[in-house]
Amino acid sequence: MGIAETYSRSRQFVDRRPLTHSLAAAAGVGLVLYLLWVLVSQLVTGQLQIHELGELMWDGLMRGLVIGLAGVGLSMTYSILNFANFSHGDYISAGAFSGWATTYLIAGLGRADIGSLLLVGAGGSVFGGALGIGISTTPLAVVLGVVVAGIGAVALSLFVDRTVFKPLRGEDGITLLIASIGVAFALRYLMQFVFGSDVRGTTSQPPAYSFYVVDGWVRVNYHDMTLFVVAIGLMVGVHLLLQRSKLGKAMRAMSDNGDLARITGIPTEGVVRWTWIIGGALTGISGYIFVLWKGTLAFDDGWLLLLLIFAAVILGGIGSVYGAIAGGIVIGLTASMAVIWIPSAFARAAAFAVMILILLVRPQGIFAGRATA
Amino acid sequence: MSANNGGDAGPANSGRVNDVITRLREGDAGLILLVLGGIYLAYIISGVILGYQLRGQLNSIAALTFYIGVFALLALALNLHWGYTGLFNIGVVGFMAVGVYVMALVSKPVYTPGGAAQVGGLGLPLWVGVLAGMLAAALFGFIVALPALRLRADYLAIVTIAMSEIVRFSFLSSEFQQFTLFGNQVGFGGGSGLILDYTQPLEAFFRTFGLWDAYLGFVTAFGSFGPLNLNNPKPIVDSLIYGGVLLLFIGAYYWLLKRTGESPFGRVLKAIREDEDVANALGKNTNRFKIKSFMLGCALMGLAGILWLAVQGAVTPNFFRPRITFFVWIALIIGGAGSNTGSVLGGAIFAGVLYQGPLYLKNVLEAVLPQTNAPNGFGPAVAPIFQSLDPLPFVWYTLDSIRQLQLVIMGLVLIWLMHNRPEGLLGHRKEIAASIDLSRPTRQSSTAAADGGFVNGVSETNDSSANSGGQRDE
Repeated sequence: MGIAETYSRSRQFVDRRPLTHSLAAAAGVGLVLYLLWVLVSQLVTGQLQIHELGELMWDGLMRGLVIGLAGVGLSMTYSILNFANFSHGDYISAGAFSGWATTYLIAGLGRADIGSLLLVGAGGSVFGGALGIGISTTPLAVVLGVVVAGIGAVALSLFVDRTVFKPLRGEDGITLLIASIGVAFALRYLMQFVFGSDVRGTTSQPPAYSFYVVDGWVRVNYHDMTLFVVAIGLMVGVHLLLQRSKLGKAMRAMSDNGDLARITGIPTEGVVRWTWIIGGALTGISGYIFVLWKGTLAFDDGWLLLLLIFAAVILGGIGSVYGAIAGGIVIGLTASMAVIWIPSAFARAAAFAVMILILLVRPQGIFAGRATA
Repeated sequence: MSANNGGDAGPANSGRVNDVITRLREGDAGLILLVLGGIYLAYIISGVILGYQLRGQLNSIAALTFYIGVFALLALALNLHWGYTGLFNIGVVGFMAVGVYVMALVSKPVYTPGGAAQVGGLGLPLWVGVLAGMLAAALFGFIVALPALRLRADYLAIVTIAMSEIVRFSFLSSEFQQFTLFGNQVGFGGGSGLILDYTQPLEAFFRTFGLWDAYLGFVTAFGSFGPLNLNNPKPIVDSLIYGGVLLLFIGAYYWLLKRTGESPFGRVLKAIREDEDVANALGKNTNRFKIKSFMLGCALMGLAGILWLAVQGAVTPNFFRPRITFFVWIALIIGGAGSNTGSVLGGAIFAGVLYQGPLYLKNVLEAVLPQTNAPNGFGPAVAPIFQSLDPLPFVWYTLDSIRQLQLVIMGLVLIWLMHNRPEGLLGHRKEIAASIDLSRPTRQSSTAAADGGFVNGVSETNDSSANSGGQRDE
């Protein structure tokens, strides 16, 4: 397995150059201390207030949960099929579009023509805000939207697997990776062809609670809470499924060694199908709640999220569900909180930098060695 | 760069002629000429259908040559990374951006208040800027390679694409919009981009050789040449000549990469591609070879980026989106990774058929079919199909959205290639790495030479000298 290989190579690296390594560690500690110092001095001088810090952290947590939820699917296919799926981001968008088309249809039936509802208000024909979409105002539409988003992404990922990836099953990871780039292109621009390239607002302003934190109010709205509940619920569910069921065991066996798994009688094709089903559902739902939370939808939302998801999965260790979740939260927090230290234009860059740093120090990821669980 | 330290003065002239003849007969050069001829013919025919005058035809040929040139150059550079060394770099566009921006920084005239440009440069000659741009791209490659090369191929992919995005964000940010360097007010212009207000590259090129006046004379003569009779011929001649310059650069890249591939250095690269552990076990410091190869490729990508954008008049960071990287990959995969001729062929096919082709097809169809207004969205386009079984609005919408659909087509082509021909048109053919001929000496005539491999007789002289020349690369 490639991961083990990288692992042993990195061990070599550590053993051969203890000085370089300790220097790097010292630099890392220095950097962390410096960042803390900047943070504390900003808090003391009042440049940054505690409640602002709280808002940034909450924002980062929300973003991180979306990234983590979408990352679980990516991580599972990465470890079981052994390739980096670059079309994963577009599964997110596809799931979001299918779910939001459902939500629009249910929320706006009779108030606008069906065509523009199904196209999620392409070209500004219907506005989500005008339909009053929200978890408190149109709960049925949102819940059904979540369900359909999951189903849509599952159907799409099974279809793509059958037509594109299955014929390439025995090939090396790079061939599959290149094919997945092709899938990503085709999907993304088909979505642009159908749904148009405009960024649409999807929700009306949701009600919010405010919490008083030391020196100001932190707002938490209903959609934040929906995202939190759905994401945590699904993560726990997947954890239980993979820990308790035979399927989870079979997945772990396959990600360890596919050939050996087949010899022991594990129906590998069936496991692959279930991987796509579980991963696809999580991906589609993450796309839906991401749009619900941020309130806008565009055809390249998923693609823009993809690199952050990769960062999260690599950070956590490929194949690890906990790793994907933890990595997602770290990446989300980094992307949101980086504005404390650096200009906002570099917030995403900071998340990538964290990934590269982790690759340098611990290429196998934080949670490596706990495949698929 | 030690890329070429192995090569000697080259084989005897007769050997080279033999080489060329064999290649022609073997079909690579023939295939390239055939494909190029076909593409140009298709464009000329579509120009006739569109009712282009001579000026329009020349313009479309110049544009076609330009894109064939840049994509072939980029595919060649990428071939060094992926085809020779097996480095999966999907951050091509980042190295192009670094090359272009550093070139602009060095070569733009010094800032003068009230001028057209928002920010200035260092005001050095263009060739200094080009060299600086290549150097910067190579150094940036070094920075990327240092952490990434120890990792698996797909990790390198993710690191390189992340780096290319970091580059784009950096040039977009307002922090680097303006700063002071050596007492000069310089900058990268932020989101609004940079105006490239230096001496035009062609002018600078000809002035270097003192040929600018001769060139202007040529332009006038060309314009007033009997049957042509163009007024204001300069823009057309400029772009045609620039296309020719790009073709020259293709030749230079091709030559450089062929020499590199055939040198002892290149053989180690191929060994790394096939099995890095074996190369390591044979005492090669594979990391150093990989870094050198990566840096050389990055410099070539930087130069290709400069050649693409130097004549565009302005540059904005959002030009450098990852999709251009994938365009280059599609070009390389069509042609076949590992083959330099394949890279050129792939660049030509990509530029002619996939990149420019759909737009021309659209123009031709619109010229042939009756004029109507396309619906402005998918909804109005499909509604008539359900209401009155009228597919025409959908056809118009499809035609109107050709820019998006062309990317869909590219994606499908990529998938098709991976399914049916992952080695591309000319890729992954057998290469002879040994310095002596290992094949059974049955006939005297030369056997097939794989691309990057050797032709009998030529390889023996060329290579034994190379071996004694500069083997110890570490």
